[in-house]
Amino acid sequence: MELKTKIHAENGQHDLVITREFDLPLELLFKAYEEPELVEQWMGTKVLKLDNKKHGGYQFETSDAKGNVVFKANGTIHEFVPNRKITRTFEMENAPFDVQLEFLEFEQLTGATSKLTMHVVYRSVALRDQMLQLPFAQGINMAHNRLQNIVNQLK
Amino acid sequence: MNLRRDVFQAIADPTRRAILLLVASQALTAGAIASNFDTARPTVSKHLQILTECELLEQKQNGREIYYHINAQKMKDVADFIEPFRQMWDDRFNKLEAIMKNYKPKK
Repeated sequence: MELKTKIHAENGQHDLVITREFDLPLELLFKAYEEPELVEQWMGTKVLKLDNKKHGGYQFETSDAKGNVVFKANGTIHEFVPNRKITRTFEMENAPFDVQLEFLEFEQLTGATSKLTMHVVYRSVALRDQMLQLPFAQGINMAHNRLQNIVNQLK
Repeated sequence: MNLRRDVFQAIADPTRRAILLLVASQALTAGAIASNFDTARPTVSKHLQILTECELLEQKQNGREIYYHINAQKMKDVADFIEPFRQMWDDRFNKLEAIMKNYKPKK
């Protein structure tokens, strides 16, 4: 089975490319990035600000069930070309990671399918590798957490 | 069908992840593993075969029984790699796709 989401990350490089093909027309895919209510739904975060234009910016905030803020991120938008391209920075607040640069390109494949190519540039190779391992640290699901515990015992 | 024995395909299956979790805490026989699942025994055997072929599990003979052990080194290789990161994005994009398929433009 072909994977729908692919990550291309070469050893020793400080960037990576995420590609995904969607069963969605290009306009609908782009809209998911354009409208704050939709971003909130699929990113699972609260959108405090989303100013989609050149020199614009965004702010996201995620809280746990008790209302404690567990994640805050923000960025500046450098380019916003509807149905084609978004260039932006991404910074996690209160985290020891430098800001990263993201180039998002949207393409139509057929009338009903589209493709997103996300090129992410980090400040250093070490930082990129750390970010790659982050989902493990945060735990995307129980199985991964348990496996990580086992792996940690090996280190 | 692609039958490539790839560790990332191996851990992409929820049953196989559950098997790895079980065996992670102690070595078990195929029968003991199967007793934890509602799935038919041959299905569990197939999963064990795949996990063994990608070296995530190792078989060790103990008297008349064969025990499955987790291959910790191989698990570490997986952990160091990018699969969790990919899964995180895949989950996110699946959600995006599902939401937008039901999207009705505001009038």
